[in-house]
Amino acid sequence: MTRIYISRDSGALALGAEAVVKRFEKEAKERGLDLEIVRNGSRGMYWLEPLVEVETDQGRVGYGPVRASKVDDLIDAGMLEGKPHKKCIGVVDDYPWFKNQTRLTFARVGTTDPRSLEDYQAHGGYAGLKKALEVGPDGIIEEVLASGLRGRGGAGFPTGIKWRTVADCPPQQKYIVCNADEGDSGTFADRMIMEGDPFVLIEGMTIAGIAVGATYGYIYLRSEYPHASVALRAAIDAARNAGLSATTWRARATPSTWRSATAGRYVCGEETSLLDSLEGKRGEVRAKPPLPAHVGLFGQPTIINNVLSLATVPIIMDKGGQYYHDFGMGRSRGTMRIQLAGNIKHGGLYETAFGITLGELVDDIGGGTYSGRPVRAVQVGGPLGAYFPRDLFDTPFDYEAFAARDGLIGHAGVVVFDDTVDMAKQAHFAMEFCAIESCGKCTPCRIGSARGMEVIDKIVADEDRAENLEILEDLCNTMKLGSLCALGGFAPYPVMSALTHFPEDFGADKKRLEAAE
Amino acid sequence: MPKYETWNPERAVEIIAEHQDQRGATLPILHALQEVFGCVPLDAEPLIADALNITRAEVHGCVTFYHDFRREPPGRRTLKICLAESCQAAGVRALESRAKEKLGVEMGGTTADARVTLEPVYCLGLCHSSPAVMLDKDVYAGLDEERLDELLKEAQS
Repeated sequence: MTRIYISRDSGALALGAEAVVKRFEKEAKERGLDLEIVRNGSRGMYWLEPLVEVETDQGRVGYGPVRASKVDDLIDAGMLEGKPHKKCIGVVDDYPWFKNQTRLTFARVGTTDPRSLEDYQAHGGYAGLKKALEVGPDGIIEEVLASGLRGRGGAGFPTGIKWRTVADCPPQQKYIVCNADEGDSGTFADRMIMEGDPFVLIEGMTIAGIAVGATYGYIYLRSEYPHASVALRAAIDAARNAGLSATTWRARATPSTWRSATAGRYVCGEETSLLDSLEGKRGEVRAKPPLPAHVGLFGQPTIINNVLSLATVPIIMDKGGQYYHDFGMGRSRGTMRIQLAGNIKHGGLYETAFGITLGELVDDIGGGTYSGRPVRAVQVGGPLGAYFPRDLFDTPFDYEAFAARDGLIGHAGVVVFDDTVDMAKQAHFAMEFCAIESCGKCTPCRIGSARGMEVIDKIVADEDRAENLEILEDLCNTMKLGSLCALGGFAPYPVMSALTHFPEDFGADKKRLEAAE
Repeated sequence: MPKYETWNPERAVEIIAEHQDQRGATLPILHALQEVFGCVPLDAEPLIADALNITRAEVHGCVTFYHDFRREPPGRRTLKICLAESCQAAGVRALESRAKEKLGVEMGGTTADARVTLEPVYCLGLCHSSPAVMLDKDVYAGLDEERLDELLKEAQS
């Protein structure tokens, strides 16, 4: 029997994986081949998707991107024996782009069958939970603190401290909430985990539940991710049927995982607005304090963590906090799952230790633009992240280093733009997006974003330029300091960075340049 | 056969009853109603308020807050085009104009023959292969004009 792997990840599906599977099934039937097709997660090398891997004695040999119409040619060329072909990338584990990564959180993604609990356990799954049960709640929190893990959702708050705060609350109904409202453009790591290794998220939530004494968990999943929803449901059911999430360890306080779909609001990725939404209300931001750790979901102590934070906990428990802490630089410990997106040749997921520079990521690993034109700007950290020009490509991936250059890592999405980009339009869009998505609770965000668009338009039209530039800066400061949450608070980042680094796009200079030509 | 059932309060009450016992039931109920009727009509609001023992204003505030919920059923197919930064960087604005022109509708509009509704979406999580769109529940990435035209044709057929 020959075993081949074709991803069920929605990124692969969006590129035609389903048609490839159908074609292989048809060919197998017609040729009388004994073929088993495993639907794995994606390896994260999306320019090669749909990637077909064949199990051979040397390892899994990859071919990609494969078109359904070329399947019979590939079979004729001997791909089922791992023979060379122009689409062949060799053994996937040895492929440099993949091999040079440090895959901790994503260790299994792309390797295992995300629907198979047996496969998960055969690849180290539930080793972390086993260890967690041995060391108990205090031991778990100690390990997470020692690992230096910081919230991967964007704010970078130390996960262990959040857990300690909830654990210290007197015994009562507590909740674990997984923030799976991955709304930042340029990010897809949460989706890849949920579709490619959902059990690791459930295991992480279970460990969190034991650590703080929570007995119920929610996964707040965005409605734009129907495939992740199916994968999570299947995994939750499998874990429950195997007695792994609700029965065996119930006595030791284990969350029975449930999910609830969002309804298309970016702001609901903000933790307090997420809580209101889960409670069935408008997803408006709450003023803090009280912290969600004290007064969270339904007024009870609640841990809210991003998918990646929770999915990293099992390996921290399995290998120890120190092991994880040994990767990274400064106060940014462990690995970051960088998502290369936008106009990029090699788009995908690259997990590596903190410290790699933006230039290495974009030029070497990302391979520059897809369009082949020069890279002009890179937005890091989603719609609220700053735009970086080439001059700043020496910035290392590190929370503090990015902050020092008026930027943020956020959820580590890196969106590349070529030289056709109009940065004034991007700045305008940042304000427009903020206006569309503002929950409306605080004035700086609700009104500021609308006024921001107008002021940018005036600057571009060269109307009272000096005065309007001053107004824009003042407005950005007001939004930054006066908004309740990061939506209004961070929208100035893309705006001001575009203005600072690309002033030539904002009118006056451009006109002068055009006149000179 | 029409894709969605026509509004029926008795049927709505049944759907609401299936979900009303969970905590924070509002969103699951709204999603379930929209799944069946294609939208959440104004008439549904008092029924939900009654079942959950909250005010009608609270339900109304909730329905109007979330972008997903509609007042009228959409066309037979819904095409969502991602307009977020990553897709912008990959040239989605030109595809957006092309789709609008070919369908003869603006964003949020439905074609006169009620076949296709065109909507914006802010990120489908396929930014590694921008630009991306979603036709009903199916996703497509790495789009160019040719592929978009094929999808538009499929949506209109």
